[in-house]
Amino acid sequence: MGPEMTSSSATLPLPNALPSATRSGAAAVAAPTFNYRVVRQFTIMTIVWGIVGMLVGVIIAAQLLWPALNFDIPWLSYGRLRPLHTNAVIFAFGGSALFASSYYCVQRTCQARLFSDHLAAFTFWGWNLVIVLAAITLPMGITSSKEYAELEWPIDILITVVWVSYAIVFFGTIARRRTPHIYVANWFFGAFVITIALLHVVNSAALPISLTSWKSYSAYPGVQDAMIQWWYGHNAVGFFLTAGFLGMMYYFVPKQAGRPIYSYRLSVVHFWSLIFLYMWAGPHHLHYTALPDWTQSLGMVFSLILLAPSWGGMINGMMTLSGAWHKLREDPILKFLIVSLSFYGMSTFEGPMMSIKTVNALSHYTDWTIGHVHSGALGWVAFISIGSMYYLLPRMFGKTQMWSVRLITVHFWIATIGVVLYIAAMWIAGVMQGLMWRATNADGTLTYAFVESVKATYPFYAIRLLGGLMFFSGMLVMAYNSVRTISGATPYDAPIPPASSTPVHA
Amino acid sequence: MEILMLLIPLSVLLVLGIGALFWWSVGNGQFDDLDGPGQRVLTDDDSPPAGPPGP
Repeated sequence: MGPEMTSSSATLPLPNALPSATRSGAAAVAAPTFNYRVVRQFTIMTIVWGIVGMLVGVIIAAQLLWPALNFDIPWLSYGRLRPLHTNAVIFAFGGSALFASSYYCVQRTCQARLFSDHLAAFTFWGWNLVIVLAAITLPMGITSSKEYAELEWPIDILITVVWVSYAIVFFGTIARRRTPHIYVANWFFGAFVITIALLHVVNSAALPISLTSWKSYSAYPGVQDAMIQWWYGHNAVGFFLTAGFLGMMYYFVPKQAGRPIYSYRLSVVHFWSLIFLYMWAGPHHLHYTALPDWTQSLGMVFSLILLAPSWGGMINGMMTLSGAWHKLREDPILKFLIVSLSFYGMSTFEGPMMSIKTVNALSHYTDWTIGHVHSGALGWVAFISIGSMYYLLPRMFGKTQMWSVRLITVHFWIATIGVVLYIAAMWIAGVMQGLMWRATNADGTLTYAFVESVKATYPFYAIRLLGGLMFFSGMLVMAYNSVRTISGATPYDAPIPPASSTPVHA
Repeated sequence: MEILMLLIPLSVLLVLGIGALFWWSVGNGQFDDLDGPGQRVLTDDDSPPAGPPGP
C-alpha cells in the first residue's frame, strides 16, 4: 500500500481529469463507469412488480370477504391467485429489489464494474421471463403444489440457469474488487445467493411425466417431501427474505444515515452466527404432523436460538442512528429503513415464540400465521426495499433526490398505518380462531362449528383488506413519484473513482 | 425419515464449507480492522454530480 500511495500523489492530476471530463459529458466514452444499467432496470421493475403483486394480494383479500369476486372463473379463483400473489411479492418484487441493491452495493463497495455486462443483462431478462411465466402458468392451475416453489419443472430449470449466472456476476465482481476487504453486506448477499441455489435445486428435484408435459412429481415421497419442503421453505425465509435484505440493511442504513454501522464487529458476529445456525429451523412448520417428534423439537430449539443473532442485527442497525435520532424526523427514507428494523425485531421475536410447540398448538393453521408473515413481509422486507429504492432511483438518473420528498413521507404514513391495521387484525383473528377451535363443552363436544369461526373472522378480513389497500395505495404514490423523478431525466452511469481516490486506511 | 440421510450430511457439508470460508477470511485478514470498513462505505461518494449529467 505504501509505495502506491506515494506514487499516486504524483500522478494525481491525470486520473482526476477523467471523471471531471465525464461530468461535463465530453469524454463519456473514455472513462470507465459502473454498470448502473442493470441496477436501474431492476429498480424500476421492483416498483412495477410490487404494484402487481400487492394488487393480487388485495384481490384475494377481497375474495375472502366477498367470495363471489372470483366470478366463477377458474383462473381468478383464490387457490390459483394466492400462489401468484406470494410468487409476485417474494420473487418478483423482493427478488428485483435484491438484484438491484446487491448489484449496486457490490460495485460500490468493491470499486469495480460488474464482472460481466452480458450475464448481468441475462439475469434481468431471465428473471423477468420467470415472473411472466409464473403469471401465466399459476392462474392456469399449473403448479407443483409446493408452497413458495409452485412453479413447474421447465421454469425451475430456467430459474437455476438465471441463478447460476447471478452467482457468477456477483462473485466475479467480488473477485475483481479493488479493495482488500469484503464489506459485510456482500457477505450477506453472497450467503443468500449460494444458499438459495442449493435450496432450489434440492427442493425442486422432480420427475416430469413426459418431456412435453408441465406435470411432474416430486422426487421425495410423503412426509419426506414435507420435510424437504419446509427445510426449503424456512431457509428461503431465512436466506431470501432475511440474509439478502440484511445485506441491503447493512449498506443502505449507513449510507442514508451518513453514519457508519453502529458496530462493525457486531455485524461480523451477526453474519457468522446467523449462517451457522439457520439451517435447522424448518421443522417448526410441521409441528404435530407425521414428522418424528424429536425432529419437531430440534426445529423448535434452533428457532429459539435464532432470536439472539436476529436481535443483534436489529440493534446494530437501529443504533447506527444513536446520537443522530433527529435525522429520523426530517428524512422519510430513513423512517422507512429504521421502521423496517423495528418490524424485523418484532417478527424475529414473534417467530421463535410461535415455534414453541405449546404456542404453535394455538397458532398453527390460524390467521395469526398470516399476520406474522405480513409483519415480516410488509413491515421488514417491503419497507427496507422501498427505502433502498428511494435511495437508488434518483441516483440512477443523476439526481440527488426524488421528485417529491413530501410524497415519500405520505407513502411512509399510509404504508405504516396499513401494516399495523393488517397485522393487528390477523393477530386478533388468529388467536380467536385458535381459541374457538379448541373450545370444548363439559361433555367433550366442540363448542363451535368451524363455520362459526369463519363468520366471526369476517370483520377482521374487512380490516385486513383496508390495511392491504392502504399499503397498495402507498405503492401507487411511490410509482407516481418515481415517474415524475424519471421523466425528462437521462440515465446516469457514475464513473468508477480512480484508484488514488479510494481511501486506504493502512 | 430416510430423508434425514440426505439432509443431515448436507447440513454437515454446508457447515464445513462455512467453517472453511471463515478460516480463509481470518487468514486473509478480513477481520484485522473492524472499524475502517464501516467508515469506508461512507467515504465512497455515490451522490451524482451537482449539475445535470451528460450533454
